[in-house]
Amino acid sequence: MKKVAAVSIAMGLACVGFAAQAADPIKLADVCELSGGGAPVGNNWKNAIDMAVAEINAAGGVLGRPLEVTHLDTQTNPGVSRGVMQKALDDDPYIVLGPIYSSATMVDLALTQQAKVPEFTGGAAAGITKQDDPYIFRMALGQTATIPKVVNYLKDKMNVKTAALVWVNDDYGKDGRDAFTEEAKAKGIQLVSTISTEAAQVDFSADVIKLKDAKPDVVFVYTHEEESARFLKEARKENLQAAIFGDTTLLDPKVIALAGDAANGIRGHLSLSAGAPVDAIQDFVKKFQAKYNYVPDHNAIQGYMTIYTIKYLTTKIGKLDREAFAKAMHGLTITPKDEPGILMETSWDNTGDIDRASFIAEIDDGKQKIVETLPKLHH
Amino acid sequence: MAGLLQLLSSGLATGAIYALAATGFTLLWQASATVNFAQGEFVMLPAFFVLASMQLLGLSFGWSIVVGVALSIVVLGLLFKRLLVDPLSRYGFMPLVIATIALGLFIKEAVKTSFSAEALPFPALVPPIPVHMGDVTLSLQDISIFVFAVIAVAALQLFLTRTRTGRTMQATAQNRALAVILGVPVSRMILYTFLLNAALVSLASILVSPIYLAKFSNGESLGLIAFTAAIVGGFNQVRGAILGGFVVGIADNLTAAYISTEYRSALPLVLLIAIILFRPQGLLGRSEERTV
Repeated sequence: MKKVAAVSIAMGLACVGFAAQAADPIKLADVCELSGGGAPVGNNWKNAIDMAVAEINAAGGVLGRPLEVTHLDTQTNPGVSRGVMQKALDDDPYIVLGPIYSSATMVDLALTQQAKVPEFTGGAAAGITKQDDPYIFRMALGQTATIPKVVNYLKDKMNVKTAALVWVNDDYGKDGRDAFTEEAKAKGIQLVSTISTEAAQVDFSADVIKLKDAKPDVVFVYTHEEESARFLKEARKENLQAAIFGDTTLLDPKVIALAGDAANGIRGHLSLSAGAPVDAIQDFVKKFQAKYNYVPDHNAIQGYMTIYTIKYLTTKIGKLDREAFAKAMHGLTITPKDEPGILMETSWDNTGDIDRASFIAEIDDGKQKIVETLPKLHH
Repeated sequence: MAGLLQLLSSGLATGAIYALAATGFTLLWQASATVNFAQGEFVMLPAFFVLASMQLLGLSFGWSIVVGVALSIVVLGLLFKRLLVDPLSRYGFMPLVIATIALGLFIKEAVKTSFSAEALPFPALVPPIPVHMGDVTLSLQDISIFVFAVIAVAALQLFLTRTRTGRTMQATAQNRALAVILGVPVSRMILYTFLLNAALVSLASILVSPIYLAKFSNGESLGLIAFTAAIVGGFNQVRGAILGGFVVGIADNLTAAYISTEYRSALPLVLLIAIILFRPQGLLGRSEERTV
């Protein structure tokens, strides 16, 4: 009798242990810009990640295990970001999410590569995927995809002959400047003024006055959210006549909210948008708004897609294997039919660059209005 | 030429903000030998008082300004003096300097925690309407910032030179011991200086926030530039601080337009070094004398 009881207790304990192991969460580390200049993008990204994680956990998790995400703040400072990334990696996460800013990603990616932990970045700088790093994957369209689309549109649809470029002096801005300068030259658009600005710059008066003197057909603005809003307000204040065009960030809802009327009339390329004429994105926007009471930006959509990408591929592999995950990401295409949470058909190439359809939008009465859909670059 | 005039106009508007903050630096130094390294955060905070009045109390923008300025005068004037400056000033210059640096950090973090780390839109007193004058297009917002600041500074100068209280404040600044012997209520005069500084930074905050947006970190660069402007103009003269503000504002714009946008943020420091080397008392400052 005693033997039976002992065996029963041992089996019971074993079952409890197994159950506990089976329910162990899959740890994800989110290293992003929760304060400082990048706070608008970081908080959008974070909120959408939390939403996707909650949805997946409510539906039973991934491979029967819940996802657990830890958010760490880079303070929009690449130096801080490196320390925070190391802290995140010390906790042995399955996947790292973020950062969003290219400058932070550039200093962090060596750490994730060394630790062999796949990293999903929101960074768009062309250099990110030129590091021969098999563990880095974009969620934002890279500059090698967006800038050619922008310049083609300026030349073919807006008949632009002269352009001015306003760029932010960091990795994101420098790569954008180089890509735009090269593409504009190739397409025969004359660059009449190139203005460097600083991250967190507050006074744009001299910059706008220089642009007025240069009299370009279009000003291409390649700065971060808050600086973009300040630039637009200054451009309106100084009555800048040239058309203003941007890429994704310039048309961000946060920029529109901060710039107010000054944002009306600007145009730009959007890699993703809450106003995109895609049913799945519209459903996501409704859920996000119901939960957080504001319109999500492209970073939120990307954050949401990231979690569902992880869910899809991990389920497909059938185990938690970082190396297999990273290998399978290269050349992967996920369609909404495969995984509804991906929202739009998305592909990654051998370098980790992403490819998706994108949009041209105009700000009308404080709202993004999609005026054209551009197909995937490699369709 | 049109571009130069626009740069000057815009530089004057920017300089006016620096001048208001720099004047506050000078006032506090003259009255109580306090170098307030939280001055930038003092310029940042009133905008959040106004926003809080609008969001939490549901007041109109006009009434929120009234509440915001009143709160600023109490917090950044009265409480700043009573809770920080008075207890620490007896221990000399350095503890107070360190304390104001700590205060600046505290204000910044408190705003970040209570409001948001993100920039917030702030309503404008004057809409950004362009004003055409021949070939030159100026901004009504720039003109209004300049006019408001000039009125404030002129009123301050009139108060200090033409009223009994103002002259008594000057006497206190020039020779505190003698002022005490003559029966001047020195403590009250010093308090007035702190209240005046709070009023000046409130005005600067309300004027600049529609353009810079309301953000917890706005004080970082403003404080440094205003401090530099005060030294460039003359730390012991209000009119020097005003001149310093305009010089830095205009020079900043001209540098960005004609020399280099990349190195514009270095300009105030270059000016600072040049002034320290060649005219340590500042453009209008005096080597020894102290006046408000």
